[in-house]
Formats: sequence, structure tokens, C-alpha cells
Amino acid sequence: MSTPLHGRPRALRLAAIGLGLTALATGFAYAAGWIGAERLTPKRFIDTFETQAGHYPGYRKNHAKGLCVSGYFLSSGQAASLSTARVFNQSNVAVIGRFAIGGANPHSPDASVPTRSLALQLSTDDGQQWRTGMNTPPVLAVGTPEAFYQQVLAMSPDPATGKPDPARLQAFFAAHPESAAFRQWAKDYKASDSFASTSYNSINAFALIDASGKAHYVRWSLLPQTPFSALPAKVDDNDYLQHDLRQRLSQGPLRWTLQLTLAAAGDAVDDPSQPWPAQRPTVNAGTLVLDQVDAAERGACRDLNFDPLILPSGIRPSADPILAARSAAYSESFNRRSREAAQLGARP
Amino acid sequence: MKPVAFHPLARLLHWLMAVLILAMLFVGVSMVSDLSPRHTWLVSLHKAIGLALLLLVLVRIGVRLSLAPPPLPDDMPPVQRWAAKASHLLLYGLMLAMPVLGWGMQSAGGYPLPLQLPALLPHDLPLYALLRQAHGWLAYVLFATVLLHLGAALVHGLVRRDGVLRSMWPGPLPKN
Repeated sequence: MSTPLHGRPRALRLAAIGLGLTALATGFAYAAGWIGAERLTPKRFIDTFETQAGHYPGYRKNHAKGLCVSGYFLSSGQAASLSTARVFNQSNVAVIGRFAIGGANPHSPDASVPTRSLALQLSTDDGQQWRTGMNTPPVLAVGTPEAFYQQVLAMSPDPATGKPDPARLQAFFAAHPESAAFRQWAKDYKASDSFASTSYNSINAFALIDASGKAHYVRWSLLPQTPFSALPAKVDDNDYLQHDLRQRLSQGPLRWTLQLTLAAAGDAVDDPSQPWPAQRPTVNAGTLVLDQVDAAERGACRDLNFDPLILPSGIRPSADPILAARSAAYSESFNRRSREAAQLGARP
Repeated sequence: MKPVAFHPLARLLHWLMAVLILAMLFVGVSMVSDLSPRHTWLVSLHKAIGLALLLLVLVRIGVRLSLAPPPLPDDMPPVQRWAAKASHLLLYGLMLAMPVLGWGMQSAGGYPLPLQLPALLPHDLPLYALLRQAHGWLAYVLFATVLLHLGAALVHGLVRRDGVLRSMWPGPLPKN
């Protein structure tokens, strides 16, 4: 056995050990994003939502105002050749969901927000889950989280008017020509008078995996079986859509068709700002039936994170960077509101 | 005669877990601050390594209890002996706690579990918050303890030169 070191050699080796440990700790700090160039993080997205709309403890940090529903999905069997996911051949699948309006303010008037969403969790008898968050626009204005963050900033309400600065928005869209399809949609969009007569779109593409392991890229939409009727020009009720939904469900279930649109070779499967040509083939995967609604901000949907990357086997994410960013940001929102629920007892 | 080195199985488990734990700590802190498609991949990796580490730590606890470790050098001061015992106990505790907390918090958060494992706890948002925060803070404690452990091992091996580092050497034991 060697003898212990003393004096200068000992000091040198101790210094080398200290240096090595410091290097490892620095690497850790860099990996965590505590040092180095500022990055776009899930935290920064959620911070920005809270800065813009206000801090509402316990609520979701976007699409904050909503209500829980439940029902079932009746698979048509027609998508079973495209995906091995049980949801496409089980005849009746339990569903819980959440209707919401866009924005981080849980007290916004329902009629004031053009974006509406429907999030679903489908639980099949093989023990798997499919969660999906769908929105009214079929495409986004941009295709990367960085550009989306710039869009969020460009939409910051002007303190003087409480509305986004039109010049700033125009400058943003001018700098992002990829937003053409979204702008066209926004121009043509006519809001309906009900969650029931609204279409909801996956926006991002996903890969359906068939029995031979082949991937079929799709986007999906829920098409309402309730006829369209336009939102009145003037709506006084802040909770117009929630009251309407309750009223309709008290009379009977509501139905949507789950339509899958198949991409052709060359279609943008990883860019949610690019629409696919209208003549792409579609498949009617089944019918969503919603028949129960819970009290506002109560029910099974409230404490769930509708992370769009919670997918059953047979459905895989595309390489769309926005899809990954949604998953990361939803998780940050969920963690934050869970802490608020634990520390402040804050629940919507 | 007392052993001069850890049993080869103990050494194999130590180094395998050392690599996985260090990877896990870096993956964990990276993924929570990342929103690129790498995030998705890192989360899957984190769950897979976490499950592997849970199985490994159970085997390791069994090995530790059944195979006697070599004694510490006779000339080590009592404070250092105490620190060595306490830090190892802490390391074992954290190695077991981290994957169990991960499993428990995913259960309490209402998330589906990998390999369709059963939920350890009921779906409960405040409970999720508590476990999620404990998982995060204990990860920092684990990293700090790993640094301390590594620093102490290097001092034993390079400064005190007392055979402690050699007793956990990953290859065939070097001669004196």
C-alpha cells in the first residue's frame, strides 16, 4: 500500500479533484439550463401566458375556462386496417373530455374568444389510453415553438386598449409568410353558437401504425353532427357556450364524426402551419357521443393533463416540433397548477 | 480474513448503476427545461432507465446485505467513518426513493404507466404536487451526494492512497 501524500503534491491533487467536481457540477447546471444562453423553455411559455392574462391559481395556464364532459366512442372499424390501436376496433370506448375556450383567463366571456377546444381521453379495454387536445383552427400560424412564442408576444394585449396591437400583429404575420393558411382560415371562420356544432382539429399530424408496422400519417378532426347556426352578433351571457351545452345535453346526447385525413407522400407531416390539399382521402373512424356534463370546473377531466403525446400503441407522434412543445408546456402547466392546489388549496 | 475489496458482483452493480444514475440526473434536469422533440425522447428514456434502476437497486440491497463489504482503513478519523456510513445510507435511500417516487407521482398525476404497471397511488392532484416536488428536490440532493461520494473516493485513491478506491475498482484489482 502506498503512503499518504503531503505538502505540494497533496495540494495539487486536491486542487485537481476540486476542479473535476466543479466541471461535473457545471455540466449539470448547463444541462438544467441554469447557465449558458437563454433557451425557450416550457417555464418561459407558461410565465408569458401568466404575465399576459394574469395569475389564476389552480387553473390550467391556457384554455383555462372549460367544463368536463363524458360519453363514449363508437368505432366504425374502418380505421382498423390503418392502426393496431384498440380504439379503432373496440365497439364502445369510454371517453371523458373537456370543452374549453382559448386563453389563460378563466373568466373570459365565452363569445369573446374565437378558439375553442375539445380534449379527450379514450380508455380502451386493453388498459391503454389515448389523450388528444383538439382546437378549432385546422392549422397553426407557424411551425416552430420559437415562432409560436414570437406570435404569443405579438399578441400581447396593449395596456391602453386591452387588445393586441394591430400593427405589431401585422408585422408578425408579414415576417411569417407560412401563416397564410391560418390567416385565410381566421378570415373565413364563422363562430357557431354552440360547442356542439363546432369542428375540432388535431392540428398536428400523427402516425397510425398498421399490423405490418407501416406508418400512415394522419390528421384528425371531429366533425359535428349538430347543424351549424351562427353565434349571435351580441351575446350578453358570459357563460353562453356552457349554458348552451348544458341545455342541449339535458335533451339528449351530442355526436361528432371522427374523421382521419391521410397524408400523401410529400405532405407536411411535421409542420402544423401547412395544410394538406383538400382532395386527400379521409376515413370515418367512428362516432363520438357525449351525453354527460359536470358542473363548471368539476369532474374527471379537471385533474388530468391532456398531453397529446399520451398515445396508445398503434399511434405514434410525428416529428412535429410543436407537438413536442405542447407536451412539454402542458406538463409545466399541470405541475404548476398542482402545486397551487397543494399549497394554496386553489382549485378552479 | 477480512475482504480487501468488494465482491465482483457488488462492483459490477456499483459501476453499472453509477453510469445510469449520472445519466438519469442529467436526463432529468435537461428534459424539464426542454421543449424540443428531444424532450419526448428524454422522457421515455428517463422512465426506462428509472425502471431499470429500481430493479437494480433491489438486487443491490440484497447483495449489500448478504456480502460483507471490506472494512474502512483503521486510521480513518471517527468523523470520516461516520460521514462514510451516513453518506452511503443516504445514497441507498435515494437510489430506492427516486424510482419509487417517480412511479408514485405518475400514478397520483393520473398518467398512464409504462408497461401498464399498476398505479402505486390513487389519482390525487395535491399528492402529485408533493411527490413531483420531492422527486425534483431529492434529485438535487442525490447529485450533491454523488459529488461528495466521488470527491471522497478520489481523495482516498489519489491523496490518502489507502486502498478504499481500489476496493471498488471496476476491473481486475491492480497490484500494490
